[in-house]
Amino acid sequence: MIVLPCVSADGKPTKSGIATLTALKSGALTPEAIAEATGNALFRVRSGLRELVKAGFVKQVDDNYQLTMEGNELVP
Amino acid sequence: MEEKTDEIRLPLIGEKAPDFEAVTTQGTLRLSDFEGNWLVLFSHPADFTPVCTTEFMAFSEIYDELKKRNTELLGLSVDSVSSHIAWIRNVEEKTGVKIPFPIIADLNKEVSQKFGMIHPEQSKTETVRCVFIIDAESKIRTILYYPLTTGRNMQEILRIIDALQTTDKHKVATPANWKPGDPVVVPPPSTTEQAEERTKEGYDCKDWYLCFKKL
Repeated sequence: MIVLPCVSADGKPTKSGIATLTALKSGALTPEAIAEATGNALFRVRSGLRELVKAGFVKQVDDNYQLTMEGNELVP
Repeated sequence: MEEKTDEIRLPLIGEKAPDFEAVTTQGTLRLSDFEGNWLVLFSHPADFTPVCTTEFMAFSEIYDELKKRNTELLGLSVDSVSSHIAWIRNVEEKTGVKIPFPIIADLNKEVSQKFGMIHPEQSKTETVRCVFIIDAESKIRTILYYPLTTGRNMQEILRIIDALQTTDKHKVATPANWKPGDPVVVPPPSTTEQAEERTKEGYDCKDWYLCFKKL
């Protein structure tokens, strides 16, 4: 069984996934800054970012993460 | 001819904890996801068992205290995620205690073997009650092992973290039964010259090798 906290089985971001995407709406952030902005634990943010990258909603640039076009369309 | 063995060398205090990727109740996590935080990695024998239930409630009760110490909790047993979820829902329903930390479903025993959590004379199929206190750089700082029948002491786990973090911050040691606020031990001098000076340095010294100070 694969448990994904940020991307659900149908490929859509979960509530915590949306929280991360929303935090990134204003620009690229480090995992630490995302944890601070969302109030989520750092380990959960790091784990969730792996899934969001894999799903194509987020990309990593050096130490920062930013929305892809696909990710950008998911948050208002 | 040298005999080949499959023995696994267990991680020891001072060594970097071996990384892993594991399925948990809060998603797939790696040990490295916790870097920057301290971590209490602990195993329990099985879900839906009495001593483990009391321990999970007790770990939940100290969760806020651990957070104040920049410390996360990560549980482990060889049960499935579905079993973990059913159990923590049951604990919440029956006792009102919410389990806020992730629990590894180590069905293939990959993590428990890496950390020496299965002691065959206790049980060949269940993990004993291990506690690994791992610092923010993923270094193992304390290892505790308890048998299946003995629940852990949460105040001792908090006390150890306080002691380790005090040692790191102030470069001191902590004496027996130390608790925050008590005098700490000044590291003993390593030369005769330092030993000579030690008793004049204003510490509470019983002798040159046993000196205390207040922080």
